[in-house]
Amino acid sequence: MPRPFTPKVLTANDLILGDVVYMTADGGWTRRHAEAELIEDAATADLKLLDAEARGHEVVGAYLADAVAGLRGPEPVHFREAFRTRGPSNYRHGKQETV
Amino acid sequence: MYTYSEFDEAFVRTRVAQFRRQVERRLDGSLTEDEFKPLRLMNGLYLQLHAYMLRVAIPYGTLNARKMRQLAMIAERWDKGYGHFTTRQNIQFNWPKLKDVPDILDALADVGMHAIQTSGNTIRNVTADHFAGAAADEVTDPRPVAELIRQWSTDHPEFQFLPRKFKLAVTGAAQDRAVTAAHDIGLRLVEQDGVTGARVLVGGGLGRTPMLAKVIREFVPLPDLLPYLEAIVAVYNLLGRRDNKYKARIKITVHETGIDEIRRLVEEEFAARKPLFSGIDQTHLAAITAQFAPPAFDKGGPEDYQTWRHADPVFRAFTDTNVTAHRHPDYAILTVSLKAHGTTPGDATARQMRALADLAEHYGHDELRISHEQNVILPHVPKRHLKAVHAALAAEGLATANVGLISDIIACPGMDYCALATARSIPIAQEIATRFEALKIEHEIGELKIKISGCINACGHHHVGHIGILGLERNGVENYQITLGGDGTETAVIGDRAGPGFGADEIIPAVERLVQAYLDLRADPGERFLDTYRRVGIAPFKAALYTAEEAANAA
Ligand code: HEM
Ligand code: SF4
Repeated sequence: MPRPFTPKVLTANDLILGDVVYMTADGGWTRRHAEAELIEDAATADLKLLDAEARGHEVVGAYLADAVAGLRGPEPVHFREAFRTRGPSNYRHGKQETV
Repeated sequence: MYTYSEFDEAFVRTRVAQFRRQVERRLDGSLTEDEFKPLRLMNGLYLQLHAYMLRVAIPYGTLNARKMRQLAMIAERWDKGYGHFTTRQNIQFNWPKLKDVPDILDALADVGMHAIQTSGNTIRNVTADHFAGAAADEVTDPRPVAELIRQWSTDHPEFQFLPRKFKLAVTGAAQDRAVTAAHDIGLRLVEQDGVTGARVLVGGGLGRTPMLAKVIREFVPLPDLLPYLEAIVAVYNLLGRRDNKYKARIKITVHETGIDEIRRLVEEEFAARKPLFSGIDQTHLAAITAQFAPPAFDKGGPEDYQTWRHADPVFRAFTDTNVTAHRHPDYAILTVSLKAHGTTPGDATARQMRALADLAEHYGHDELRISHEQNVILPHVPKRHLKAVHAALAAEGLATANVGLISDIIACPGMDYCALATARSIPIAQEIATRFEALKIEHEIGELKIKISGCINACGHHHVGHIGILGLERNGVENYQITLGGDGTETAVIGDRAGPGFGADEIIPAVERLVQAYLDLRADPGERFLDTYRRVGIAPFKAALYTAEEAANAA
């Protein structure tokens, strides 16, 4: 039996800034995890990843990361992804500077 | 201090110009990331978790005021106002924007610095004893040899695609402060019958398979050194495993082939290569050595140094921990701790960098060093100026008296920055330092080296920490594994794994239990943690780590 699919978000880093970005449902990029599209099946996930990889002039290092539906939108599963939504813990730099 | 020749200057400028065009072509879409990545890595530009990171080499850890001020300027203009000094005597900027990097590289070239070969399967920045040229126990200054190696290895056509990264360290002192045993090649400069040469170690490295280097040749006279090094790297270049990244370092080659066979192959290669060296490298070495001539030490005596020490306990504590014996009796080597309790190990703000540059210029013969322990050193300070220097440092939050103590922690960037990390390192270092500061016992504990890495790659040298901490993931949370009894000096040892790891909220109490066990076990206050560990073995420390924990769980 195939393993059940864990929902994903597509994430990458902005080409110029390096800032973490997520793909939205309309194919744009957002800097907020909660605004990402929660991808529910493997076929869509593969397509989105191919799409992101073809957009190397916008982003770099695209990959799929596990996520779960939350009250305000998708939430990260792994602590690494949670850190990526905020920035480092030793300074208020990165996303947490503005959010 | 070495200044760039016309050749160095032209070479570095050409590389910056090339990279500028490469960045332009990346930004306008003509280069894909797959094409661009090797190019950016060749110039020290990584992609981390939240941003790009630029790694700049500080060859053999030596800086002057002008270079330090330029690093401060770069931090302020193109980064977030600080830089991170690393265990490999590099500085990392954590927030550069891709489009600014060529300008940053030009600014570095303005002061004779670069980011070349700070990444990739090449010979990396050559590190050296941070007390070079100043230490009382030094046979010879290792920096001229390190500079010769830097020039020989930079853009060396044969060694641009080695099986894996290749790291060299050089020391010229009896005490090994350069961790030479943990390098692909470690050089210990010595004298034999009036001839200077190197004891050559090969095949050390940390990472997932930590190994200490083995002596390949007891003595290589200086005139033979470059051809001998070239022979080692050439043998490795052919023999090193390119099929498996995890087996590609020379430590594995030495392990699998055997040191005797490697030695035989190297001698053969050396015999073939030696005649090709015309001796020009030796003329060149002499010219480099002249540039590292010791400063003109001034004649003023120590004045009131001892009186100040008696009168002022803060100054006394500071000089007790942060001053090391200089070869000149009226001078001191001053280590400036970048480990103020609760701060990020190795980080310096632009303002602090400028303050250090000013002090080096006013009191320290314009010399600064970066240590692999992530501190800054003023290597030549007349003792009669120490009071003024201490006051100036205190004003900048740089007078922490903790060098060599439990809060003088090495920590890699870990999961706060690094894309390869499995856990964070920095917060653990911050919490240990804050905790022991609150307990007010670190001076009583004495020398204790804690080193923390955020993954198995061991950039934070945890294997050679008296207490090593390795951050891993277990069941979806951060977990920290402890090693004990590691040593990175001339008596190098890879630490022993203590047992199962600890969660993020358990690791600080675990370290406290280890320290308490040590205080109970030590023969006298002069016996360091490491000495006690060597005397009594791991058992009582394991008991302190785990029995107490089980008792707590049962309660
Ligand atoms: C982008 C950040 C970094 C990356 C991608 C990185 C990558 C690596 C990797 C893959 C290894 C293991 C090499 C092997 O076992 O073959 C390693 C080892 C090492 N790195 Fe890093 N590192 C980073 C940051 C640092 C920093 C910040 C330091 C200094 C604090 C550092 C110093 C070292 C040292 C000393 C070793 C172990 C010695 C050895 O090479 O065996 N690295 N690094
Ligand atoms: S040890 Fe791991 S986490 Fe730390 S800097 Fe090296 S690669 Fe990154």
